Amino acid sequence: MYDNQWREWKPYVSPLDPCPPMRIKRYVVPPNQYIPFQPMNLPQFPLNEALFRGTLWPALYSPYPSRRATKGG
Amino acid sequence: MWVYEKKLQYPVRVSKCDPRMAKYLIEQYGGADGELSAALRYLNQRYSIPDKVIGLLTDIGTEELAHLEMIATMVYKLTKDATPEQLEAAGLGAHFVNHDNALFYENAGGVPWTATYIQAKGDPIADLYEDIAAEEKARATYQWLIDFTDDVDIQDSLRFLREREIVHSLRFREAVEILKADREQKKVY
Repeated sequence: MYDNQWREWKPYVSPLDPCPPMRIKRYVVPPNQYIPFQPMNLPQFPLNEALFRGTLWPALYSPYPSRRATKGG
Repeated sequence: MWVYEKKLQYPVRVSKCDPRMAKYLIEQYGGADGELSAALRYLNQRYSIPDKVIGLLTDIGTEELAHLEMIATMVYKLTKDATPEQLEAAGLGAHFVNHDNALFYENAGGVPWTATYIQAKGDPIADLYEDIAAEEKARATYQWLIDFTDDVDIQDSLRFLREREIVHSLRFREAVEILKADREQKKVY
């Protein structure tokens, strides 16, 4: 479920932590971070799909899967 | 924990008796974009941000406390010898009634500092963008404060503080780049 828009890091885990550790934490870096100024003539979604996704351009599309649905970490 | 050095980060000299300026400087003491907000914002975000940038937040948050001391020193010097009449003439009558000559975490309009000035969204990109915006807003405030006094010694200290905002903004933007890294790294789950 995590595509290449996601980054992961391993937080410090203490032997004295009270709860079972989450060894990997993740955050998303949306694609706008890599487009300082949008170039002309980018590929486009079909119009009905663009309306559904919220953007005309696949380069700007950021899916966000619910983290609640996943089991474990 | 912290180690305290009993000196200011940069000298603060006030050469003009101008309690009026204290009322405006207090914006950087207890205002939304002031040094208290900055320090608390960064030092609080440290806990949940990826470990590559925790040290940066510690360092800058700590430096903001040093800036807070500099602003406090300016305000103190400008108000410590002012009579109630002088404070009232400087627009600090309401402050005097509430606080005497004490400093208080409030903005230039007398509104008390509130935790709603800072955010902790938990999303590293969102948090760092708030930090970048905060630095630019603080830089602007220092500009307007420099515009508002003709005391060249206060201007000198304020220019140092303004320059630090510029450097901090760049460091936070570098932190964003660090968190954006390994873009091409394909992961299989």
